[in-house]
Amino acid sequence: MKAASKPATWPLDIYQVFKQNGIRQVAYVPDAGHSLLIKACHADKNMRAVCLTTEEEGVAMLAGAWLGGERGALLMQSSGAGNCINMLGMINECRFPLLMIITMRGHWGEFNPWQVPMSQATVPALNAIGVTVHTVEQPGEAAETVAAAARLAFSTGRAVAVLISQRVIGSKTFGK
Amino acid sequence: MKQRNPILDRRKVVAEILALRGDALVMPGLGAPTWDCAAVDDHPLTFYSWGGMGGCAMMGLGLALAQPRRRVLVITGDGELLMGLGSLATIGVERPRNLALIVIDNEHYGETGMQPTHTRHGVDLPAMARAAGFRSAGTVYTAQQLKAWMPRIHRQPGPVFCSIKVTTAHVPLVLPVREGTALKHRFREALLGPRALTE
Repeated sequence: MKAASKPATWPLDIYQVFKQNGIRQVAYVPDAGHSLLIKACHADKNMRAVCLTTEEEGVAMLAGAWLGGERGALLMQSSGAGNCINMLGMINECRFPLLMIITMRGHWGEFNPWQVPMSQATVPALNAIGVTVHTVEQPGEAAETVAAAARLAFSTGRAVAVLISQRVIGSKTFGK
Repeated sequence: MKQRNPILDRRKVVAEILALRGDALVMPGLGAPTWDCAAVDDHPLTFYSWGGMGGCAMMGLGLALAQPRRRVLVITGDGELLMGLGSLATIGVERPRNLALIVIDNEHYGETGMQPTHTRHGVDLPAMARAAGFRSAGTVYTAQQLKAWMPRIHRQPGPVFCSIKVTTAHVPLVLPVREGTALKHRFREALLGPRALTE
C-alpha cells in the first residue's frame, strides 16, 4: 500500500447504497477491504452489524432476517465463499433474497499462494449454487453495481454477489 | 464418560413447549424437531427446515433481531446444533433478549441410522452456551425440571439455552409442507400481513 494514497471512498459509497435500500442487518466476517464499511455499519444506529465466526452463519441469519421483515447484507472475502455453499442451497430453494459483498483475494497481485485456489473457485462455485455474480473492477463502479445487485436480490428473490477486485482494494503485501 | 439415560418423550416435550407458545415465532431445525412441531401444532408462524443443517440458531438470531418484540423459539436437534457451534459464540455476543435456543437432545443422528452424537459422549452444550455468554443455560432430564424451565424458555430475558434430554423411542413420522417458497410465504404473510407478498 502506498503511504500517499488517499482514503478509499468506495466503501462509503456502498454504505450509502445500503441506506438507500433499507438494509438493517449487516453480517460479516472481517476483511481488510471491508473495514471502513464495517465501521460505518457499526456506527449506524439503524443498522445491526454482526460479526460471525464463519460466513455460512450470515447466510442463515439473513434468511431469518427476511422472515422477520428486515433486509440484510453479508460481507466477506472470497476465501469465505466456499464456506457458504450448502447454506446457499437453502437460500435457493426458499428464494430468499440475499445480497453478498465479496472482496477478492488470491487474484490481482496476490502474493499468498494459499489464497489462489478458492479465488479461482469463487465464481464457478457461486454460479453452481444459483448465485448471480456481478463484478467491480474500478472503485467508481462500486455504488451502481451494489445498487443493481440489491434491486435484483430484493425485487426478484434471488441471491446476488458483488465481487470487488483486488485491483480496487489494493493487494495485501505484508511489506513484501 | 458415564452418561445418564434420557427418559423424556420428545413429542410430549415439544407439545408442552408449544402449548405455551402464545405469539412466539418458532424455528424448528431439520429432521425430528421439524416432524415434532408439525405433529403437535402445524402453525403458520413456524418455519420448518428441510435443509441448511447447522444454520437454525442463526436463522433464529436474524429473526429475533428483526422482531425484537416477539419471542423467538429455536427448537433444534443436537446434531444440527453441533454443526454450527460457532453460532453459540455469535449469539452470546449479540445477546438477543427475545431468543431461546432449545435442543431436543436424543444424543443421536436420528435421520441417518441412529449414530451417537458427541453429546452421547459427554459434550456439554449448555456449558458451551454459558461460556459463550448466554444469560441462562441448563439441562433438563425430568418432567419436573421441564416444568420449572417453562417460564425461562418463554419469558426470561435471553439468550436462554435449554438442552432437553429425550429418548430415541420411535414416534409417528409427520411431515409438513416441503416447498421452501411456500413455507417462506406462509410465515411472512402470517407475521407481516399483505405487505409480505408485495415488497
